[in-house]
Amino acid sequence: MAHSSTHTHESNTRRIWLVFVILSVVTLVEVILGILKPDFLVDYTFLSMKLLNWIFIILTLYKAYYIAWAFMHLEGESKGLRRAIVWTSVFLISYLLFILLIEGDYIYEVFKSNKVAWDF
Amino acid sequence: MEATVIRTGTEGKTWGGGNEPLRASYGKMMMWFFILSDALTFSGFLAAYGFSRFKFIDSWPIADEVFNHFPFMHGVDAPMYYVALMTFILIFSSVTMVLAVDAGHQMKKSKVVFYMGLTIIGGVIFLGSQAWEWKNFIKGEYGAVTTNGGNILQFVNEDGKRVALADFVTESAATRVQHERSNGLWFTEEAALPTYSIEDVKASFLANENILIRTQSLDANGEKTILTRAESERKLEAEGAGVVEGANLSQNEYGVPLFADFFFFITGFHGFHVLTGVLINIIIFFNVLLGTYERRGNYEMVEKVGLYWHFVDLVWVFVFTFFYLV
Repeated sequence: MAHSSTHTHESNTRRIWLVFVILSVVTLVEVILGILKPDFLVDYTFLSMKLLNWIFIILTLYKAYYIAWAFMHLEGESKGLRRAIVWTSVFLISYLLFILLIEGDYIYEVFKSNKVAWDF
Repeated sequence: MEATVIRTGTEGKTWGGGNEPLRASYGKMMMWFFILSDALTFSGFLAAYGFSRFKFIDSWPIADEVFNHFPFMHGVDAPMYYVALMTFILIFSSVTMVLAVDAGHQMKKSKVVFYMGLTIIGGVIFLGSQAWEWKNFIKGEYGAVTTNGGNILQFVNEDGKRVALADFVTESAATRVQHERSNGLWFTEEAALPTYSIEDVKASFLANENILIRTQSLDANGEKTILTRAESERKLEAEGAGVVEGANLSQNEYGVPLFADFFFFITGFHGFHVLTGVLINIIIFFNVLLGTYERRGNYEMVEKVGLYWHFVDLVWVFVFTFFYLV
């Protein structure tokens, strides 16, 4: 087998169910927060984004980590393959978001402050 | 035979070929690289969504109000319950997939069959749920008025609760029929007319004193702005241009047209991935049944299709966050 050299094939079912529980609980927390929308999380912002949205994004990345590491078994792959996948995506996506979100905010400012009517 | 074999003298060395520098088989590594490129495609879409959202940051529709349906609970406001359920279904089908992979490692054919079967069922349920979401989204619930500038005006009562057009508009005698090829210019036609004409809406609005207009702009609390009665009357009279019910690619009753465009495009593209994932899963499922991998001596194919399936789940986690939560 292709990767028989990297690990032995003992059953991982315990860990799989544990990860399932983690993912479910995190999703549940997200949904409950999304429905309740606690005032203190909505009123305060960090880097001009609501704390609630920061929590959502951090929890999402936390879930993504478990899906990639446990389910897609990145934890068992060689360091080289793992880095080829994770670093490439992380750096390219961060750059893309940085450019597009700043640009979107700029266009919003232009819409808001220029002399062209858009609500008519 | 001997003459066709090229010996380079580098057999067994790093660049001699036939070795696996990343200690992953060719197929698995290529699946990973495909997933990487697909992940970049999806992030392109989601980043474009973020761009448009930042561009309309003070008028974007509120997802809780748009996706608030639950099967067999008609008229009940159930924000996000159903998407949360869909997320659970997809996560659970990911779990059964990884259990199938795990069983494959131990060469337990019947367990692989069982868990892959569950995975396929989960995928099909998810697809059905998504179709249902689309149906609700396209059909709409309340209806709204578009303005000359392409903005949306919605109707609320004095408590700020949404009012559907059907609740207060009285239909006058039909003023015009839909222009089809058979009854007008033969080379052109128009889309189906909305249930009510803008004139009906304007007249009924004036007749119903307790109805107000809600614009799409968000106030300081992140809620949609509700106009006073006088402002509402003036706005509807001066700016109301047409009636919109439900959603399509050019306009929707929820607000900014791009919202529906991105919804269709991103969840559609994801749904297409789920569909292909289910199809590939079915193919592999039958291969397992036929004993292909038993004879091959390993179940790596299940692992590879599993990677794709987990990726679909991974993308959904992000779509869920950015479309429904944030």
